[in-house]
Amino acid sequence: MSTVAPTQLPLRPPAHQVSPRAVRWWQLRAALALLFVVTPQVVVLLVMGGDAPGWLAVTAGVTAAPIAAYGILVPPILYRIHRWEITDDAVYTMSGWLVREWRIAPISRVQTVDTAHGPLQQLLKLASVTVTTASAKGPVTINGLDAKDAAELARTLTVTTQATPGDAT
Amino acid sequence: MSPEVDAEVEAPTAVETPWRRLDVRMLVVGPLGSLGRLLPVIVILLITGQGDVTRLWVALAVALLVVLAGVVRWRTTRYRITAERVELHSGWLKRQRRSVPRDRIRTVDLTAKLLHRAFGLSTVQVSSASKAVADASGQLSLDAVSKAEADLLRRELLDRSPASDAAPTSPAVAAGPSPAQELARLDWSWLRYAPLTFSSLAGIGAIGATAFNLVDDLGVDPRDIGAVDAAAERLGSAPVWLAVLVVVTVVLALAVVGALLLFAERWYDYLLTREPAGWGAGSGTLRVKRGLLTRRSLSVSEDRLRGAEIIEPLLLRAGRGAQCRALSSGLPGDAQGGALQPPAPRAEAHRVASVALREHPSQITEATLRRHPRAALTRRMTRALMPTAVLVAVAFVLGSVLPPVAWLGPWSLLLVPVAVFLGFDRYRNLGHELTARYLVSRQGSAVRQTVALQRTGVIGWTFRQSIFQRRSGLVALEAVTAAGQGGYTVLDVAAQDAVALADAATPHLLTPFLLRA
Repeated sequence: MSTVAPTQLPLRPPAHQVSPRAVRWWQLRAALALLFVVTPQVVVLLVMGGDAPGWLAVTAGVTAAPIAAYGILVPPILYRIHRWEITDDAVYTMSGWLVREWRIAPISRVQTVDTAHGPLQQLLKLASVTVTTASAKGPVTINGLDAKDAAELARTLTVTTQATPGDAT
Repeated sequence: MSPEVDAEVEAPTAVETPWRRLDVRMLVVGPLGSLGRLLPVIVILLITGQGDVTRLWVALAVALLVVLAGVVRWRTTRYRITAERVELHSGWLKRQRRSVPRDRIRTVDLTAKLLHRAFGLSTVQVSSASKAVADASGQLSLDAVSKAEADLLRRELLDRSPASDAAPTSPAVAAGPSPAQELARLDWSWLRYAPLTFSSLAGIGAIGATAFNLVDDLGVDPRDIGAVDAAAERLGSAPVWLAVLVVVTVVLALAVVGALLLFAERWYDYLLTREPAGWGAGSGTLRVKRGLLTRRSLSVSEDRLRGAEIIEPLLLRAGRGAQCRALSSGLPGDAQGGALQPPAPRAEAHRVASVALREHPSQITEATLRRHPRAALTRRMTRALMPTAVLVAVAFVLGSVLPPVAWLGPWSLLLVPVAVFLGFDRYRNLGHELTARYLVSRQGSAVRQTVALQRTGVIGWTFRQSIFQRRSGLVALEAVTAAGQGGYTVLDVAAQDAVALADAATPHLLTPFLLRA
């Protein structure tokens, strides 16, 4: 990493990766989406049996294939891309697959720190931490953190931001 | 919470600041307003009833209920301004308690609709800094108090000097309106810009829809009106091109007239002033007063001002006009939100931005901007031409399948030069610069926006890069801020420059994350 191509963003990636279990989480989400899209079509196919129109099998295949491909190929890539870091002065995250996003928010402007555990995340002992600033476009979310790390992170952040005077605008 | 703590919090404020009620005249104005809105229903009820007594009773009962609701609302609404907070309690069955910390108040909006004006009343809307623009918790509206009271409240709430904090309703505040400095006033020749704004055109649509609804509500079919019917008949028998021409001309004429009326209603007696702060306080208040039927007054606390924005919709730009808006948190996000002036000559817009921010124009909206790399042009062109190519292809396919619309294909080729123009114009308008205290960025073609954002108002950065941008080494850099839309983008800037720009605008923030070649 000593030299940077002129077309590359000269920012180093944030220090920490999310929990390896996040890969499972993304895969599970894709699996759920697959179920949601394909199940009705399969049910119709089974119920109608031989009377089912031929195109139904085709649409089922066409809708299922990309979701399945996404679920298999993309989560490991996401895991490699998603990174985060908290310093004394800033929250720094990197996320996104087709559109990559680097976000930097100064700790001094943080207003609230929220931790969220969806049902799937609870199952995998994961959590998301959302750091909100005074801006409508400000929230920085770190997904797929280990639940324990997330709690610790939220605690540290809350302590730091409470120590900062002013209304953070 | 222990009782001692409760007493500590409640006791002193309760003694110092008694609760106030809305103006007594609301007992009349509130029900009148509601009745006005119900009028069509009541009229229809009475007309279709044709003397039916029960319907008369229903109408009467509705009216009585409305009056009662007005009384209940007045009785149950109370507000007070303590040293720290503005509090509003309202509601009878469903009680609401709103409280806004005074040091977070960003803007105070006074609105007097026609009915309110007739009774000398004014609605006071207080906006504070809150996470989301749509978040209602940061808003508090007093509907309504007397005009004098509204003006007093406005001063009191925006003036955060210690004197006024200690005695919120001290006579000094009421008696001592410091002389306001006039920054701009209406020039009626600006009326020529009225038809050039999109918001006016949208307004015409709204007026037309309202009129149609009204006609429809009254149970009248427009075709029953003789003149309309006759005109429709004659149009129907005329050749197509003539009919289209007539309709277009009529719509255009209506649009222009409507735009002129709307401009006059919105901007009549427009005045932009700066009111110096009260005794000892540092910054003042920018105030925009305007309106013919509905009087509006927007006050923006100057130390909450984060910058200014010059808006130039395509037509307005072609007519060398522009409009300046204030960037401050707590301003509504709609088209008129934070407008410091009506559509005006471009030079006037830059002048207003300059006097509002107390900066030389070359330091803010008229700064010489850096061009963006050639790759940005390629990207703009691709993004303009790709959808056009799809449209043209679809048009040709349709034309070949359906012979009656065979002309669709060749005609759709006309879109190509338009797309090329838009793409090129989008690129030409891209630019950014970092001045002593401001980050200036420009983009857009259909609506060109030139934003000057205070560097100290930036509360975060977002770099965004799609796979296409990654290939061409471009990135969209968004400066996150509490004011205005929440974020302002420097579009398609070279990756290296984006990081350098962000690093220079907010020293030290990015430094630990920089990669040195």
